[in-house]
Amino acid sequence: MSATMTSTAVCTVETVPLEGGVAALVDGVAVAVFRTHDGAVFALSNLDPFSGASVLSRGIVGSRGDVPVVSSPMYKQAFDLRTGACLDDDAVRVTAYDVSVVDGVVLVGAPREVT
Amino acid sequence: MVTGKRQRIVVVGHGMVGHRFAQAAVERGLTETHDVLVIGEEPRAAYDRVGLTSWFGLGSEALSLLPGGEYDDPRVRLVLDSVVTEIDRVQKTVTVVSPPSAAVDLLTNPGAVTVHDYDVLVLATGAAPFVPPVEGRGKDGCFVYRTIEDLEAIKAASERATSGIVIGGGLLGLEAANALVQLGLSTHVVEMAPRLMPVQLDDAAGTTLVRHVEKLGVKVHTGVLTEEIEGDDAVTGLRVRQAGTEEGAPTEVVEAQVVVFSAGIRPRDALARECDLEVAPRGGVLVDEQCRTADPAIFAIGECAAPGGTMYGLVAPGYAMAEVVVDALLDGPGSFTGADMSTKLKLLGVDVASFGDAFATTEGALELTYADAVSGVYKKLVVSEDGRRLLGGILVGDASAYGILRPMVSSGLALPDNPEQLILPASSGAPMGMPDEAQVCSCNDVTKADILHAVSEQGCEDVAAVKQCTRAGTTCGSCVATVKNLVEEHFASQGLVVDKGLCEHFRLTRQELFDVVAVHGYRRFDDIVEAHGTGRGCDLCKPAIASILASQTSTHILEPATAGLQDTNDKYLANIQRNGTYSVVPRIPGGEITPEKLIVIGEVARDYGLYTKITGGQRIDLFGARMEQLPAIWKRLVDAGFESGHAYGKSLRTVKSCVGSTWCRFGVQDSVGLAIALELRYRGLRSPHKLKGGVSGCARECAEARGKDFGVIATEKGWNLYVGGNGGATPAHARLLAGDLDTETLVSYLDRFLMYYVRTADRLQRTSTWIEQLEGGLDRVREVVVDDALGLGAELEAEMARHVGGYADEWAETLADPAKLERFVSFVNAPDTPDPTIAFTTERDQIQPVAPALIPVGAPA
Repeated sequence: MSATMTSTAVCTVETVPLEGGVAALVDGVAVAVFRTHDGAVFALSNLDPFSGASVLSRGIVGSRGDVPVVSSPMYKQAFDLRTGACLDDDAVRVTAYDVSVVDGVVLVGAPREVT
Repeated sequence: MVTGKRQRIVVVGHGMVGHRFAQAAVERGLTETHDVLVIGEEPRAAYDRVGLTSWFGLGSEALSLLPGGEYDDPRVRLVLDSVVTEIDRVQKTVTVVSPPSAAVDLLTNPGAVTVHDYDVLVLATGAAPFVPPVEGRGKDGCFVYRTIEDLEAIKAASERATSGIVIGGGLLGLEAANALVQLGLSTHVVEMAPRLMPVQLDDAAGTTLVRHVEKLGVKVHTGVLTEEIEGDDAVTGLRVRQAGTEEGAPTEVVEAQVVVFSAGIRPRDALARECDLEVAPRGGVLVDEQCRTADPAIFAIGECAAPGGTMYGLVAPGYAMAEVVVDALLDGPGSFTGADMSTKLKLLGVDVASFGDAFATTEGALELTYADAVSGVYKKLVVSEDGRRLLGGILVGDASAYGILRPMVSSGLALPDNPEQLILPASSGAPMGMPDEAQVCSCNDVTKADILHAVSEQGCEDVAAVKQCTRAGTTCGSCVATVKNLVEEHFASQGLVVDKGLCEHFRLTRQELFDVVAVHGYRRFDDIVEAHGTGRGCDLCKPAIASILASQTSTHILEPATAGLQDTNDKYLANIQRNGTYSVVPRIPGGEITPEKLIVIGEVARDYGLYTKITGGQRIDLFGARMEQLPAIWKRLVDAGFESGHAYGKSLRTVKSCVGSTWCRFGVQDSVGLAIALELRYRGLRSPHKLKGGVSGCARECAEARGKDFGVIATEKGWNLYVGGNGGATPAHARLLAGDLDTETLVSYLDRFLMYYVRTADRLQRTSTWIEQLEGGLDRVREVVVDDALGLGAELEAEMARHVGGYADEWAETLADPAKLERFVSFVNAPDTPDPTIAFTTERDQIQPVAPALIPVGAPA
């Protein structure tokens, strides 16, 4: 499906703090890249849908139940790092991006289809 | 500005009701226009007379209603140990006699006589115990039961006695009997009526109560007359005979060395009689519905008053009268038209309640009773003829239904079809909801609706907060269980369980977590969550643990181990604003700043195009900085000698000050100097919530110190220290912790107070709610901080010393560490590109954020 899309190298994986995030500019769009405690890497749109501010990468990364989450630094809603779904409001979801780590470099790909 | 001369109110009497009047005068702003002089006869300030018996266990201090001995409002002056001997209604003066102080020679100065003018006089002289004219009542070993001095005397006499008698089997008599039991005396109660508590209870209830009381070793003699108190000089016994028998009929002697009279009270209305004010036929100063006597300048409240000719011997009506008079003086509409004489109490460990028409005097009234002689329970309901309305009732042995029943009387709520269900044992009774308008706390007139409002609208999360907010349960305490149930019911109905655990990851409270971290010496979140929690944490527990670690170590908060735990603002050492930009607040200790530094702030704001605003904490906030600009902005500020103001942290913000004695012609101490010293001492201290302080140079309190977590107000002799104040949604006035301190003692008390708070408060709990929920409240804080009852003083001071010694400016350290600066970039792959969503417009010559367009996909409706 998105095999033809290009991926953008944004930084080395060490640049993303464990249980933290950074913001990157991908095709002019702000994307938040996160790393969880186990080293897994995720990418979501950096825009917090509740405030409209580009800040999600600055949220606290943790868990809710088994779900890895980031909580918005603005009004604290939690978002599922895997899907972008807001756990505090079923109607809200932020865009999740394909992301991979190749040779220690984080590659952000296409926005994921909402299933 | 108030125009015209200030009026003076003189209050005669500093019992519970006189105190309530002074309190209400301060709280409701009467002291803005009036000075209040309160003259108390006892050597100590007002205390809880209702709880007098607990003096034996707790001591005087615990009973005090004004532990500091003075009001926080300097316009209220309290003079103790002084007696008003005369009222001159023409000159509008009172004559006061104060006994000689120990320092004065008794022969040359037998007591000072002073005359005070009044514009308004409030009589709150209370009542005196009635001692029936029994022969021998003046002998050694005879006492009354009214003041702490009475109790001290009874206690001393009990040390030489083996048995005691209480004359009078009413409410107070049983309290006194309880005291004698506690003092180890073999105790008798003698009552003329055929049953105990004849005013409140019927025969069956009285009999049930006797069974309970006798189980505790108290011998009850009902239906007996006291003939004579025997003994030469000291009491040896009491001779009694059966009521209804002729004089000369056989008598019996009950041996005792202590006799306590508790045969009722009489209003102390002598002052009023002497100045020709009318008194009621059965005593008490006659007053109208505003508690005003025939002299419009004189009011009477409490037990010395007789509104409409009736005297009320309970504290709640007295409080209501106090409020009514304050209202009248504020030109308010309040009136006193009678009181709920319902009673619920625990006597000698037995629940007893009596309410409404307990004796079924209403025409056609019907009685429903339930009695269980084995477990000692008696319950009676009095219902209207049609069985539709509850009129009153009596409960002995189990008064748990009181909270539901009494409001049903006052609200007139229709009874269910089977009203007996209300008093049958719980298993067979249907739960019965209380109407919203039902009065839960009669002492302070708080309804169920008020309590629910406090919980649902005013953010009260527990009983302590509700008590503070509504005053329910703060006087006699009998409704606290009902308040607790209402609060819990409310949260249960919202699907919430009251759980003190921090969040889903930790079942521990913040205090428990603080101790765990201290005991194990943890420094990393991973170790803590692995040993004591589950999952990977969240925005609740991570900042809480970051704060605990910061309180216990002096490590920089952005070190790798803790950087990821910090809340939004701490993470970038600035305050995030609605468009994702930050505000910058340099510290300006005590609000004092040089022109040079002011110019630097202006230049930085101008050069970076920042919006500037003066804060409530006497400093300057610079808004609109992009995250990546923060280091450069702070470089300029740090170079000019500024340091972090910690506006972003749950930590000390500012210590506000007035200009004090340096400049102000009224100032008595250097408030600015102290404020700066305190702000520099406690800067950077991480705490459960933000902390604010204030120092005022005199009692005019221009620094609004009592609206702060800690407030210091200068006195002629030193400093008064107040704690537990805040502004915000639930404002609280700080209360006096200790008075007239020298600076060194003040600092040591503050060290202890702040560290005790940091150690034991819940997450996001301000000092006011922390004090409120501590068992023992402010008194407990005083025990720990001032009396050092836990022996923790030195340890708390040492912890604070470690904090003070370990302090370093967070921004200066950040600027010196390239690793910490790495996070301050807009985009990790385009560090020089500003966030394109941030935009500003101009308003009143400064920038303002343009609301970001909400993104269409998945945005909330």
